[in-house]
Amino acid sequence: MAADEIDINYVANLARLQLTPAEAEKLKPQLGQILHYFHKLDQLDVSRIEPTAHAMPRVNVMRPDQVTASLSQPDALRNAPAQINGLFMVPKIVE
Amino acid sequence: MLNQLTISELSHRLAKREVSSREATQACLDHIQRIDTQLHAFLSFMAEDALAQADAADREFASAAAPRPLLGIPVAIKDVIAVRNQPLNCGSKILGNFISPYDATVIRKLKEAGAVVFGRLNMDEFAMGSSTENSAFGPTRNPWDLSRVPGGSSGGTAAAVAADECIAALGSDTGGSVRQPASFCGCVGLKPTYGRVSRFGLVAYASSLDQIGPMTKSVADSARMLHAISGWDEHDSTSVPEAVPDYNQLLEGGIKGLKLGLPKEYLVGGLDPEVSQATMAAVKQLQQLGAEIVEISLPHTDYAVATYYIIATAEASANLARFDGVRYCSRVPGADPIEMYGKTRGAGFGPEVKRRIILGTYVLSSGYYDAYYLRAQKVRTLIRQDFLQAFEKVDALITPTAPTAAFKAGEKIDDPLQMYLCDIFTLSCNLAGICGLSLPCGFTSNPKLPIGIQLLGRHFGEATLLKIAHAYEQSTPWHREKPPLATPPAAQP
Repeated sequence: MAADEIDINYVANLARLQLTPAEAEKLKPQLGQILHYFHKLDQLDVSRIEPTAHAMPRVNVMRPDQVTASLSQPDALRNAPAQINGLFMVPKIVE
Repeated sequence: MLNQLTISELSHRLAKREVSSREATQACLDHIQRIDTQLHAFLSFMAEDALAQADAADREFASAAAPRPLLGIPVAIKDVIAVRNQPLNCGSKILGNFISPYDATVIRKLKEAGAVVFGRLNMDEFAMGSSTENSAFGPTRNPWDLSRVPGGSSGGTAAAVAADECIAALGSDTGGSVRQPASFCGCVGLKPTYGRVSRFGLVAYASSLDQIGPMTKSVADSARMLHAISGWDEHDSTSVPEAVPDYNQLLEGGIKGLKLGLPKEYLVGGLDPEVSQATMAAVKQLQQLGAEIVEISLPHTDYAVATYYIIATAEASANLARFDGVRYCSRVPGADPIEMYGKTRGAGFGPEVKRRIILGTYVLSSGYYDAYYLRAQKVRTLIRQDFLQAFEKVDALITPTAPTAAFKAGEKIDDPLQMYLCDIFTLSCNLAGICGLSLPCGFTSNPKLPIGIQLLGRHFGEATLLKIAHAYEQSTPWHREKPPLATPPAAQP
């Protein structure tokens, strides 16, 4: 199977990553080559194999529902690019 | 030179009060001052803070009967692990002037063990790379040959340990990022079993693969560091509630009767002849020490690189979504949040991080998920089964750590696929979640560069790996060799 044609700008938008035209130009052949390499996996029959998401699977990891100390507000806001009234400030979302 | 000591040696001298932690810490700081303009292993360090910690340790030595296991030992940290009130950049521009608001669990544990935690060590941006050339702050060089790379992504960590800028350090390993630079720089690098060490406070690259691991000058030091940082943590739901043995007490006893597997798929094409020779010599040495060598097969080895780069980039694309300029990062303003995210991320991330985010987004995107991500997860099952089957026959596996010794800076930077293939021997270990250790096993002849051998062990089989590595180390001279850069100018020939 040949590598799929990758629409860089479409994927970059999904990733919320603005690329310059020069970056997109350079990435396109590199990604094509890497995706082509990924198709090596097509050689294997995996139709009856279960997927592995974690090497040490643990299920239903619970903790007691107790209130404990968390990051203080000043600590949480310490690295905020913009803040107002003790909150993170972002550009307007709704008109 | 106190900075040249191992943890065991320095601990011993501190406990006898022959030297102080302040003197040892100052020796590290002086040495950094002397050589780090050439090496560039450190992104930053806070000298006064380090010396204050050392003074506190010295006061404790004066009063306490039984010193804590790492009391007064200067330990440096890869720039991907949070240390409260210290910078955290992950080798990236995007985090700007980020200061960690809390300690990672491993840092809390190191502090509880008495260590002097200092310095931010250079790395490939967000741990993505095999040469430390992807750092936004400029590359780290190899202390054995400044024209070569130290490996990656924990290249700063390996270089700092090998060049005696610290006594020990912590790195992180997602596909070989502790073991491969340990082999390139000539130190001991351990990737613990997935879940052995808490990831809380480690900036995530690929969450199902990441582990923090010690990088040290000896195997005994590796055991001591691992013992200090291991264990279940309520803040990491993937950490495993498995008892932590006292690795220090399990080093001795020899390896007579242990069965070591030599995977035939690891000794084929692309392997440098000198690396191959050093590996076979190490195998012979282990045989002489009483181990039984068995050839085994890991049939899906050839698929590991593709599997790894699909899974790792997919997880990275999700993990790195948080760097959007809302709660942290150098924000680039936009008319709306979407534009702000795109501009912030476009300006802040370097080329390799962008490449991996785009790849990961693509393999997870609608219409391609089954063909790439799901298929890779299934092949991951096959790779994991290969190891489980091998460990029914043998106690550990022995392989080269990397196909070559350190390569030249710039050699692979424009060929991402070639760079990815550097990790061919190390990344299966992360996919299977088992533990792995690299230790020095010789040198190339011209130029003289370290070669590493890798031991791979069962889930939670660290004690066995450390015992084998210790027996090998005690019977070979390699770990005593120092790079030219580590030697003080007066002592150079």
